[in-house]
Amino acid sequence: MSAKKTPLYDEHVKLGGNVVDYAGWYLPVEYEGLVPEHEAVRNAAGLFDVSHMGEITVKGKDAVKFVNYLMTNDISTLVDNQIIYTLMCHPTGGVVDDLLVYRYDEEFLYLVVNASNTDKDHKWITEHKGDFDVEIENISDSVGEVAIQGPLAQKVLQKLTDYDLSQIKFFHLKRDVDVAGVKCMVSRTGYTGEDGFEVYGDNDGIVKVWNAILEAGKEEGIKPTGLGCRDTLRFEASLPLYGHEFDDEITPLEAGFKYFVKLDKESDFIGKEALNKQWSEGLKRKLVGFELVDRGIAREGYEIYKDGEKIGHVTTGYKSPTLGRIIGNALIDTRFTDLDTEIDVKIRNKFAKAKVISKKFLKRK
Amino acid sequence: MEKVVKGLFYSKDHEWVKVEGNEAYVGIADYAQHHLGDIVYVELPEVDDEFEREEAFAAVESVKAASDVYLPVGGKVVAINEELVDDPALLNADPYENWMVKIELTDKDEVEELMTSEDYEKFLAEEV
Repeated sequence: MSAKKTPLYDEHVKLGGNVVDYAGWYLPVEYEGLVPEHEAVRNAAGLFDVSHMGEITVKGKDAVKFVNYLMTNDISTLVDNQIIYTLMCHPTGGVVDDLLVYRYDEEFLYLVVNASNTDKDHKWITEHKGDFDVEIENISDSVGEVAIQGPLAQKVLQKLTDYDLSQIKFFHLKRDVDVAGVKCMVSRTGYTGEDGFEVYGDNDGIVKVWNAILEAGKEEGIKPTGLGCRDTLRFEASLPLYGHEFDDEITPLEAGFKYFVKLDKESDFIGKEALNKQWSEGLKRKLVGFELVDRGIAREGYEIYKDGEKIGHVTTGYKSPTLGRIIGNALIDTRFTDLDTEIDVKIRNKFAKAKVISKKFLKRK
Repeated sequence: MEKVVKGLFYSKDHEWVKVEGNEAYVGIADYAQHHLGDIVYVELPEVDDEFEREEAFAAVESVKAASDVYLPVGGKVVAINEELVDDPALLNADPYENWMVKIELTDKDEVEELMTSEDYEKFLAEEV
């Protein structure tokens, strides 16, 4: 099966993007380079093509009730035009996907899911429809999406619309905003730890929006930014990536995302029983941050040891572009998760010393 | 276009070899540093370590990836370029000036099986 092209594929090629097959989509890892792109987002603004993300709509009388049954977070607390981050779990507590739920109104929810899980999620959601009065549709192929991220994101995007963007608060959305002459849905969300917006439009419109943003942001030093820095940015900001910090086998509690699992939610949800049991019995493994003391770089998948005993693995690891330190996340045995505990990372058959640190790598300005 | 230096020998894995008598300097080619991106870590072997042809002898890592470096010809390490350990970005700045190891060749004939700079240029044109 060959990878799919987003509506912005030709733009990536024109910009000299290093395009690869990522989760079944041709997307650029970088244009100018990971580090300058990473810095642009932290200090000015960057523009990502995130058209690969999946969009699934749930409409109908039972939309809120149904989605609340699928999700660990409490969807019933949302008001119109508000967004919530949530996990969707298996009955075992393992994670089907992590996603954003946008509430247009009580009978119309818009789910934004990981590209690699879109088909799995659509199937999962449809299979659990039961007697709920809802219509489920995977509209991913007709939606293009860009993310403008960074401290100057609002300043740049404001040049292209008459709508006062400061009216859109964090994790809120506005529909039918005219951006560069294209009718878009705009949300104040992102995956970088910086302020910014995600802009959704149709496939033709999004190309116009992309080029208009790059043009409008020249003065501010906006750069097109690739998947490479998307990962380092989200990692520094302690944002998880499906398939790394959790997956079908790793629960959100183990990954340290209990805040998004409302075990005391009134209504039942898939995974509630297993997650409650895991929480009351105590976790056996937990996600921690670590910093390497010895030289080397601890990459995803590397094994973690303590006194010669294997106690877990690295879920993400980098030399942090912002901090310049060698840091990572690791899922390890809870006996060794206290801060400052010394652990060993196996790097190419050698052991490198590391110590457990807080996962909040990036101190907010 | 990636730079290729005349007079050096090249492997398909984009390492270069500069032969001086029974010894040789080994490093990574411009193509390799370019595709790795900003190099942030270099791991070198120790002096007196011995490697067979095509065995991994070092590792270079950029922000996005780790990559083993293979010795295109067998040999014993007689010197390592420690400057790279302190300043890995030197490999991006000039990968041909900044050699990684100097080795004593086990079998000089192995050099014959590598590509000349002309062959390597052709290889790059066809592969990329």
